[in-house]
Amino acid sequence: MLVQLDPGVIIWTALTFGLLLFVLRKTAWKPILKALDTREESIRQSIERAEEAKKESEKILEENRKNLARAEERAQHLIKEARELAEKVRNESVGRANAEANKVLERAREEIERDKQQAISQLHGLVAELAVKAAEKILDEAIDESKQKKLVDNFLNSLRKN
Amino acid sequence: MVGLLSDSTAGSVGMHAARVIADTGRVIADTANAVAAHGGDASNGNWIIEHVSNSRTLNFLPFGEIHLPVFPPFHIGGLTLDMSITKHVVMLWAVAILVFIVMKIVARGYRKSLIPGKFASAVEMVILFIRDDVVIPAMGERGRKYLPYFLTLFFFILFSNFFELVPYASTPSGNISVTASLAIIAFLVVQISGIRQYGLFGYFKGLVPPNIPLFAIPIIAIVEILGLFTKPFALCVRLFANLVAGDIAIYSFIGLIFVFGTVLVAPLAIGFALFIEILEVLVSFIQAYIFTILTALFVGMAIHQEH
Repeated sequence: MLVQLDPGVIIWTALTFGLLLFVLRKTAWKPILKALDTREESIRQSIERAEEAKKESEKILEENRKNLARAEERAQHLIKEARELAEKVRNESVGRANAEANKVLERAREEIERDKQQAISQLHGLVAELAVKAAEKILDEAIDESKQKKLVDNFLNSLRKN
Repeated sequence: MVGLLSDSTAGSVGMHAARVIADTGRVIADTANAVAAHGGDASNGNWIIEHVSNSRTLNFLPFGEIHLPVFPPFHIGGLTLDMSITKHVVMLWAVAILVFIVMKIVARGYRKSLIPGKFASAVEMVILFIRDDVVIPAMGERGRKYLPYFLTLFFFILFSNFFELVPYASTPSGNISVTASLAIIAFLVVQISGIRQYGLFGYFKGLVPPNIPLFAIPIIAIVEILGLFTKPFALCVRLFANLVAGDIAIYSFIGLIFVFGTVLVAPLAIGFALFIEILEVLVSFIQAYIFTILTALFVGMAIHQEH
């Protein structure tokens, strides 16, 4: 009874299974398998995209690092240049001021010299005149004024030579 | 017998046993009834065989029973075909409807987004297992074409096996005609896929491996052609025997109570019966898996004939 084949049940089973397969293939397996495939595909693509984005970002990072280094270098350069310029300007201004001061000093010195010369020459005249007057008074008799003058000049010259 | 049972439930067995009895209540009710029907003699196993066999009534004790329609048999040639709706045919339909509803729900889960809900994810795990670990390893990429068949096969057998554990239901897999039908379909799928791959002549020629001595060819050919039929025969018997054995084991343990005629065996008997029932959950999965993977392997062998 238990192991007796019943053709009716065999046919019913085949019909039931066949119908189930037919219905499920349309309504269930096709959408489910398609959804699974789509999802797997999208996961694969996502991973690929992520990989690409990672590479891209690494490239950008590297570039940024390079740019940063370049900017740093440029900044250093600029600072150095500015410092040199400032140094130069300072040196120049100091030099100019020194020159100016020297010039003023020189001028003052020249003025002094000139005044001194003038004073000396004035003094020469005055001394000669005084000497002549004094000699006149002493000799009481005037020699020819030109002779006297010549005499004094000679005297003075002799003084100067000595 | 029924009176004895209800007395004992209230009596010495205790709360735990009462709960277990409630779990397996339908088995006991059925068993008690079946034993009573045989004049109270449980020691011959006929009532068990009667219970796991096909029948023309759906038993809903204690609510009564439904007599299924009986059709007059057809006569086709010398064959007599009785297409009457029997218990197992009704169960087959119930299985088919259940599989359809479950898969419909799963398929709807994917309509809104590619990430389904919890239920669909659980079923998806099984679908992916069938696809990636059963069909494609056995048949290669060409197996994708056969996926609807294998998925239907697996879930149909699985749900059918589960019916063993459902109160008032009876497993169609425990009917050898049902498993024979599934094995015949598997046989046809194997042969047709092979013939479609290599052509009618090429397929049968390919059954005999090349490079064997001439005198051995007839023997090998006979063995190979015999093998074509023994494989589905094994599929059929394996599924049927496993399922019916589980059922018989459960009924036998319950029947011990009535064989000994004392309620003292009940805790032990019901404990073992419960253990077997839980084991049957595992067996349900394993048998569905085995039937599916073996069919996939046979189809794979038919479409890849390199020896």
